[in-house]
Amino acid sequence: MSDVILSNIKKTYNKGEVEAVKNVSFSVEKGELFGLIGPDGAGKTSLFRILTTLLLPDGGKASVNGFDVVKDYKTIRKKVGYMPGKFSLYQDLTVEENLTFFATVFNTSIEENYELIRDIYIQIEPFKNRRAGKLSGGMKQKLALCCALIHRPTVLFLDEPTTGVDAVSRKEFWEMLKRLKKQGITILVSTPYMDEAMLCERIALIQNGEILSINTPEKIIDGFPDQLYAIKAEKMGMVLKDIRQFENVQSCNSFGEYHHLTFKQDNKAEKQLKEWLANRNHQNVEIQAIKPTIEDCFIQLMQ
Amino acid sequence: MKQFLAFVRKEFYHVFRDRKTLLLLFGMPIAQIILFGFALTNEIKNTKIVICDNSNDIATRAIIDKLEVSKNFEIEQVFLNNNEIEETFKKGKVKLVIVFPPNFNHSLNHENKAQVQIIADASDPNTANTLTMYATSIIGDYHKELMAGRKIPLQIETEMRMIYNPELKGATNFVPGVMALVLFLVSVLMTSVSIVREKESGTMEVLLVSPFNAVLVVISKAIPYFFLSIINLIVILVLSVTLLDMTIKGSVILLFLESALLIITALSLGLLISNSTASQQTAMIISLMGMLLPTVLFTGFMFPLENMPLVLQVISNIIPAKWYYIIVKSIMIKGLGFSAIWKETLILMGMTLFLLIVSIKKFKVRLS
Repeated sequence: MSDVILSNIKKTYNKGEVEAVKNVSFSVEKGELFGLIGPDGAGKTSLFRILTTLLLPDGGKASVNGFDVVKDYKTIRKKVGYMPGKFSLYQDLTVEENLTFFATVFNTSIEENYELIRDIYIQIEPFKNRRAGKLSGGMKQKLALCCALIHRPTVLFLDEPTTGVDAVSRKEFWEMLKRLKKQGITILVSTPYMDEAMLCERIALIQNGEILSINTPEKIIDGFPDQLYAIKAEKMGMVLKDIRQFENVQSCNSFGEYHHLTFKQDNKAEKQLKEWLANRNHQNVEIQAIKPTIEDCFIQLMQ
Repeated sequence: MKQFLAFVRKEFYHVFRDRKTLLLLFGMPIAQIILFGFALTNEIKNTKIVICDNSNDIATRAIIDKLEVSKNFEIEQVFLNNNEIEETFKKGKVKLVIVFPPNFNHSLNHENKAQVQIIADASDPNTANTLTMYATSIIGDYHKELMAGRKIPLQIETEMRMIYNPELKGATNFVPGVMALVLFLVSVLMTSVSIVREKESGTMEVLLVSPFNAVLVVISKAIPYFFLSIINLIVILVLSVTLLDMTIKGSVILLFLESALLIITALSLGLLISNSTASQQTAMIISLMGMLLPTVLFTGFMFPLENMPLVLQVISNIIPAKWYYIIVKSIMIKGLGFSAIWKETLILMGMTLFLLIVSIKKFKVRLS
C-alpha cells in the first residue's frame, strides 16, 4: 500500500494565471525515502503544501496514509511531520521550549518519543537553553527535524531541508534521514541539489510543474540515451562557444571545471572535435568519456 | 487543556521577551494620559475680559472687585455699545464681556431684582463655557453675601449669551475620554499583530500541520495582552487620580469590571484584524490609523455626538469606546451604579461576542 498517492494534481495561482503544478501523479511506498528533485520554482513547495493539507489542489486527487488531503485534512495533520523550507520555529523560544511546545501540541511529551529523536537531539542538547533564533543554520535544521519528529509521524515531509546549510551539516542530515528510514518512517524530501538525489531510493525529477521522470537514481542514469563526454581546455568560455558551432555536437553544457557534451553521431566524433578545436588554437584539450550524473539526465530531459 | 496552557505559556514568552514592544506598550499609555490630561485641561487662567459698567454703584463695584481678585480674569473697564462689543470680540483678544445696565444697585434695592449680561466668545465652546461658569459663580457669590442680612429675597438675573456657537456643548472632564481612547487603541494594536506575526514568520505553517484547535490558538493569543491591559488600566487610573486630580465617585470594582469588558472587546477586534490581514504592517496601519480617527471622532469626548448629522450619530453606535465612555462617565463622574449602565454593558458584551465569533470563523485552517 502506498503511503502517498497523487493523481493528476493541479495547482494554479493568481486565478489560474500561473500554473505551478500541472497534472502531477506519483506515489511513494511505505517506508521509502523519496526525493523530489528540481530547481527553484519547479513546484516542489506547492506539492508539499498540497500533501500537508496547507493548500487545496485545483484539480486531481491526493491521499496520505489513505486519507484524502481535502476531506480528511484533520486526520492527516495528526499523523504527518512537516518541515517547511524556511526555518519556521519560534525564534524567541529556546530549543527546549520549542520542542516541549510542539510535543504538547501533538498531545505527547519529549520523553515518550525521545528514543526516535535521541541521535539528533543529543547534538543540540548542549544548547537547549539557547533561543532558536541564535542557533547556526545546521543546528536550526536539526531542531526543526526534532520538532517534526516529536510525535512519531508516519510520513515525514521535508521541504528543501538542506538549503542554506553547510556541506558537513548536509551530509550529517542525510545520514539522519537514513536512520529514520530504518525506523519505518516514510520520508518525502525535496531538494534543488542534484548530488543529493543519489541518496534517495527513488526520485522524481520535476521542472515547471511537470514530472520529467520517476525512477531509482541508478535507473535514471542508465536511461541517459547517449555517451557523455567531459572536456577541459585552457580557455573554457571560448571552447564552449566553439564546440557549440561544431556540427556533430548535440548538446554542450558547462559543469564546473568541465563541459559535458554529447554527439549526434558518436562514430569518431571525439577525434574530429579534437582536431577541430586544435585548428582554432585551443590548447591542452582533454576529452574523456564519463558516466552521466543526475544533473546531466535532468538537463537532457528538460530539452 | 494541557494544549491550551502550552499555547498560553508560549504567548507569555513572546510578550515578555520582546522588551522593546513591552516598553512601548507601557510607555505609550502613560505618555498619552499625561499629554492628553494636561493638554486638554479646561482650567483657564488670566483671561482678558471687558466690563461695561453703566451703573458704577456700590453693587457693581463690589462685583468687579470680586472678579478682579479671582486669578482667572484680567479686567479692563470700558464703556462700549453693542457694536463695539462685537468689534472687540472680532479682534479675538477678549473672550468675555460683562455688561451692567444703568441703575443696577437701584433696581436691586427697589425692584428686588437686577440684571447683568454675560457675553462670551463661543467659537471655542469649552473656554466660553468655563469662563461663563466662573463669572456666574462669582456673581452668585456676591448675591449670597447680599442675601445674608435681608428678609426680602433679592434677585440678580445673569443673562448669558453665547455668540458664534449658541448650541454650546462642552466636555467638562477629559479623563474618561482619554481612558476610553488609550485603553481601546492599545489593546487593539497589541493583538492585531499577534496572529499575523505567525503567518509572516512562517510558524503558522508548522502550527497548521498539527492537531491544534483554532479556538484555543485564537484565545490564547489574547490572554497575555489581557493581563498587560489590566496593568495599563491600573497605571492610567493611578495617574488620573494622582496627577490629574480626578476623583472616582462610583464603585472602583465596577469600573474595573467594565474596563475589563472593554479590553476584551478591543482584544477581540484586534484578533479579527490579525486574522484578516496578511502582514504585520497592514494590521498595524488598520489598528492605528483605521481605529484612531473613528475612536477620537465618535467617542464623544472631543466632538459632541449630538451636534453630528444623524448618519454619523448612527455610525458612532458601532464604536465600542463610545459605550465605554458613557459607562466611565457614569461611574467616575456621576457615581452611578450598575443599574444605570446595564444597557451599555450589554451592548459591549454583544459586540465582544460578535467579534470573537467572527474572528474565530475567519481563522484560516489553510494557507492563502
